[in-house]
Amino acid sequence: MARISGIDLPKNKRGEIGLTYIFGIGKKTSQRILDKANIDRNVKVSEWNDEQITKIRTIISTELKVEGELRSEVQLNIKRLMDIGCYRGVRHRVGLPVRGQSTKNNSRTRKGKKKTVANKKKATK
Amino acid sequence: MSRSLKKGPYIDHNLERKILGMNDSGKKSVIKTWSRACMISPDFVGHTVAVHNGNKFIPVFVTENMVGHKFGEFSPTRNFRGHAGKKNKKK
Repeated sequence: MARISGIDLPKNKRGEIGLTYIFGIGKKTSQRILDKANIDRNVKVSEWNDEQITKIRTIISTELKVEGELRSEVQLNIKRLMDIGCYRGVRHRVGLPVRGQSTKNNSRTRKGKKKTVANKKKATK
Repeated sequence: MSRSLKKGPYIDHNLERKILGMNDSGKKSVIKTWSRACMISPDFVGHTVAVHNGNKFIPVFVTENMVGHKFGEFSPTRNFRGHAGKKNKKK
């Protein structure tokens, strides 16, 4: 069982894909790691031997920021924006889209589930 | 799209001149500016700049964290106070 930076990798996936289960590693990064460790990208995670696993571990711990560390960095960046009171920070604070998307409709990912306004008056004709 | 590196950051000449002048003389006063697109350079830290938002000037105290942002980001042009409704009617 390969356990890297606190995450159990899926056994029966190719190494290239398996590594992407770690937060902060996508396909490109995982390819780079495997190439650097001289491991074939297509070898399954379960077929890695201990030596290869330690190799991957050292590469990740020395070169990359993953999982909790990365998450806290992202949170810190957002907090900085909120603290200095700039436009992007304000948008984070009120939970609306940050990058100038339209908010007349949709943008439900940021706004959350629809809140129906009770007794909304119909426009008088 | 980001600005060409060749040009360097956009900093309003007039504003920069005034701030540098104040840095030299050690005085501090609020400077009005309309230049919302002006990048905040490290020289501006500690000064207060009144940034126009189309209606009035919003005073912005520049801190170290703000370096690299633009003045317009700190002076909102729209002010949404919430929808009209029951809650607002009662008041």
